Amino acid sequence: MLKFTKDHEWIAVDGDIATIGITNFAQKALGDVVFIELPPIGKALAAHADAAVVESVKAASDVYAPVSGTVTETNEALVADSSLVNSAPHTTGWFFKLKLSDPKELNSLMDQAAYDSYLKTL
Amino acid sequence: MSMNTHGRPTQPVAANADGAASFSGNRGLDLQEPLIFELGSNTRTGVDLSDEKITKSYLGGLERTQPINLPGLSEPEVVRHFTRLSRKNYAIDMGIFALGSCTMKHNPRLNEKMARLPGFGDIHPLQPQSSVQGALQLMHTLAHWLTTLTGMPAVAMSPKAGAHGELCGLMAIRAALVARGNARQVVLCPESAHGTNPATAAFCGYRVEDIPANAKGRVDLEALKARLGPDVAAIMLTNPNTCGMFEPDIKAIADAVHAAGAFFYCDGANYNALVGKVRPGDLGVDAMHINLHKTFSTPHGGGGPGSGPVVFSEALAPFAPIPTVIKNADGYHLIEEENAESQTTFGRMVAFHGQMGMFVRALTYMMSHGADGLMQVAEDAVLNANYILASLKDVMTAPYEGPCMHEALFDDSFLKGTGVTTLDFAKGMIDEGFHPMTMYFPLVVHGAMLIEPTETESKATLDQFIHSLRGLAKAAVDGDANRFTGAPYFAPLARLDETRAARQPILSYKEPEMLQAAE
Repeated sequence: MLKFTKDHEWIAVDGDIATIGITNFAQKALGDVVFIELPPIGKALAAHADAAVVESVKAASDVYAPVSGTVTETNEALVADSSLVNSAPHTTGWFFKLKLSDPKELNSLMDQAAYDSYLKTL
Repeated sequence: MSMNTHGRPTQPVAANADGAASFSGNRGLDLQEPLIFELGSNTRTGVDLSDEKITKSYLGGLERTQPINLPGLSEPEVVRHFTRLSRKNYAIDMGIFALGSCTMKHNPRLNEKMARLPGFGDIHPLQPQSSVQGALQLMHTLAHWLTTLTGMPAVAMSPKAGAHGELCGLMAIRAALVARGNARQVVLCPESAHGTNPATAAFCGYRVEDIPANAKGRVDLEALKARLGPDVAAIMLTNPNTCGMFEPDIKAIADAVHAAGAFFYCDGANYNALVGKVRPGDLGVDAMHINLHKTFSTPHGGGGPGSGPVVFSEALAPFAPIPTVIKNADGYHLIEEENAESQTTFGRMVAFHGQMGMFVRALTYMMSHGADGLMQVAEDAVLNANYILASLKDVMTAPYEGPCMHEALFDDSFLKGTGVTTLDFAKGMIDEGFHPMTMYFPLVVHGAMLIEPTETESKATLDQFIHSLRGLAKAAVDGDANRFTGAPYFAPLARLDETRAARQPILSYKEPEMLQAAE
């Protein structure tokens, strides 16, 4: 299951584990990403809490936890090579994984079709 | 031609044109300048020292084992190197520096003359206080001017610049809340806040939450009221805000914040728009830093240091940091330790008393303008910004209806479909001989261009600036994208590779062969 937020994060759900990254739209708007800070493993995040920081040549932005959960894994390859966000935002450029605390929260997020039409309004 | 990762040339196109190259590599009097390490050689020396034989080492085995590789140059070589570099620089002494939010006003020469008086310039912070009475009196007088202008009862002179002042203000707020029994958890900042505001709050141990803006670019009062509660420690607000707009609800905001038991920190970065006209104390502000290096004309932007005294309300004054200067029958005294009157102070922020040289310059500026002159500073700063807004808004696009305060904000909607970005447009300004305006800030506006002319520019300068910007805006809309995507054409270098510089920074000099070996 693939979901999206208005803050241009994607969230891919497999069982009770969600993988989170930023969308192609977001990486284009940010420009070349030069630095990424990921949350510590084991950290409990509330929905909409600051989870990661992404810094590009243009701006620094926060990445929020789309839903609540506990961080189980972070993408170390991304910290070593932040250009993965620009080259592969939807695959190897993922940010972190969460163990969901309430899968029902996913219902409030957009699916692919809803996100695509949201992009058209921007 | 080499390109950066954005597909923009890294060398000016003119420098690559056939037949244009000179034998020296220089272009006219625009000299190519190598690094000082490339210029000198560690096999030469510019000074003639006798060879000392070191017979006994006192370094306990910590002696350097590698050659130090300092470049050896003669005095004229060193002087020329740095003079040539300085000629590549752009400075307020060379032209208008309309960097929004920075208040790059002229630094009057009278300030410099006063700061060099031996009684101010040649003293030391550890001198007996009886021997520096004049300097202490100057600090006391400046403090009086600052509290009078802001309508606030107390001031901490020691913070070293704006962000340090913010930290000072938030630490006083935290101390006041702790004294009340609960430090609280959250600091609210508008989406358009200076980046230092949320950074300061986080550094002070608070969680930062955004306050949304309304369609007019102002704080959404109802949303703010809805968010206030017993967990909110403070709101940090800039007035005028970073969109150059006055917050008309500021009194209602202050009242709501106080009713919720929180404090109102005002970022004083934009005080130049208000000085002499509005007293922040009357608006309900509890703490505000004053950038002496903006509003009060002391040098900044590499020429600093900055200085950021913080004024406090009655409620926060007991928690202000030490030291402070007081006057009694024996003269002036720097109170450096907690005493009966200052026992609630949160402590000390710096080793000594603050930026003495900047205090002298700022007070010189105030006294040479007088109270009426300072009022005119604010009026002329606002007038100049509105002149720019009115002269450009038919060819560029302003996201918010004017009139503005001390800075004029434009967005990139006039560039839509032209293939020219805000960054390209700014590079085009370099070819026109201007330092670009602030770009991509505030973040709430797409492709923002924030222009702050300050009051020190004449109408002739503003007209020249406006003429160039109108020309550039028209060229972009008329399809002359090449003028921008290859810009700057007339600068020593074109577009540096910012991405590679950020991803693979080289922070110390390495011999070329060492660099190659590392790759």
